[in-house]
Amino acid sequence: MAKIKGDIVVNVERCKGCEICIAACPFSVIAMAKDVNSKGYHYAIKVNDECTGCVNCAVICPDGVITVYRAKVAAE
Amino acid sequence: MVEQFAKLDIRKDENIVYKRTDLLVDRPLSYCPGCGHGTVHRIIMETLEEMSIQDKTIGVSPVGCSVLAYDFMNIDMLGAAHGRAPALATAIKRMWPDRFVFTYQGDGDLAAIGTAETIHACNRGEHFTMIFINNGIYGMTGGQMAPTTLPNMRSSTSPYGRDVETMGFPLKMTELIAQLPGTYYVTRQAVHTPAGVRKTKKAIRKAFENQKNKTGISFVEVVSNCNSGWKMTPVQSNKWMEENMFPFYPLGDIKVDGKLVETKATAAKE
Repeated sequence: MAKIKGDIVVNVERCKGCEICIAACPFSVIAMAKDVNSKGYHYAIKVNDECTGCVNCAVICPDGVITVYRAKVAAE
Repeated sequence: MVEQFAKLDIRKDENIVYKRTDLLVDRPLSYCPGCGHGTVHRIIMETLEEMSIQDKTIGVSPVGCSVLAYDFMNIDMLGAAHGRAPALATAIKRMWPDRFVFTYQGDGDLAAIGTAETIHACNRGEHFTMIFINNGIYGMTGGQMAPTTLPNMRSSTSPYGRDVETMGFPLKMTELIAQLPGTYYVTRQAVHTPAGVRKTKKAIRKAFENQKNKTGISFVEVVSNCNSGWKMTPVQSNKWMEENMFPFYPLGDIKVDGKLVETKATAAKE
């Protein structure tokens, strides 16, 4: 059985830490980092492996900092 | 780059399902964190890219927070005087009828100083697209009361809330211009949820496609947040917008293909 896996990459320097992506994610994959970027904003990070690549976070992100990947992988 | 939680092996170019469009210039947007302007900028550029009309599109940027739209959109842009974007767009569209022309305006620009230009451009039935960002406040200058500010809503010039006795009622620009025969497609959308963003994108796509048929103005209002002006966090402001803005500014199509739609948007009198 193949399984759909997703992954996100956040452009850390462009993230403004508005947290709208956290509210939009149906699987609570995103949280705010404790660190800040060079502008002083906490940035979004991926905190678990539940991502399905549904693109919701990237669609809602006002600054377009999220790139989403999706692929079929064989289940372990 | 900080170490992320899981390094999966699917981060390959062929697996990309979403990335920021190249039609947005690669520089940080000047908007506050969580502002709807960034989202609307992106979906306009994605629409142009999907329709492959970026070489034939001319945008007109307003005065307001989005005055620097020409710095972010990698297409031909012009900056109009305050409120005069529809007049400038009229000129461009008449000189180059085969180009796609759009104006991008906020509520202080379109509904206050530019009311005359907006109404007359709509009444003449010019063939361009107007995108209207309504956040109920003058965001750029520090959160003053705008014509679209809700009754009893606090702003820096109405600190005890908008009193309709002395300050008047909010202006429903979209319902107003939907009555004019020159408008062809009038709709109100919001970009506070992923579903809302997708609907707005469809509306913008329709608005640009209408230009091919020269049928009149296509007008897309986007109800947006202003978390700095409303003194809230972005997530709070989206919730506040759902609870307070949407009952007054109901979402949905108001006029499609030149005919008024009987929806809750037109049925709601208050």
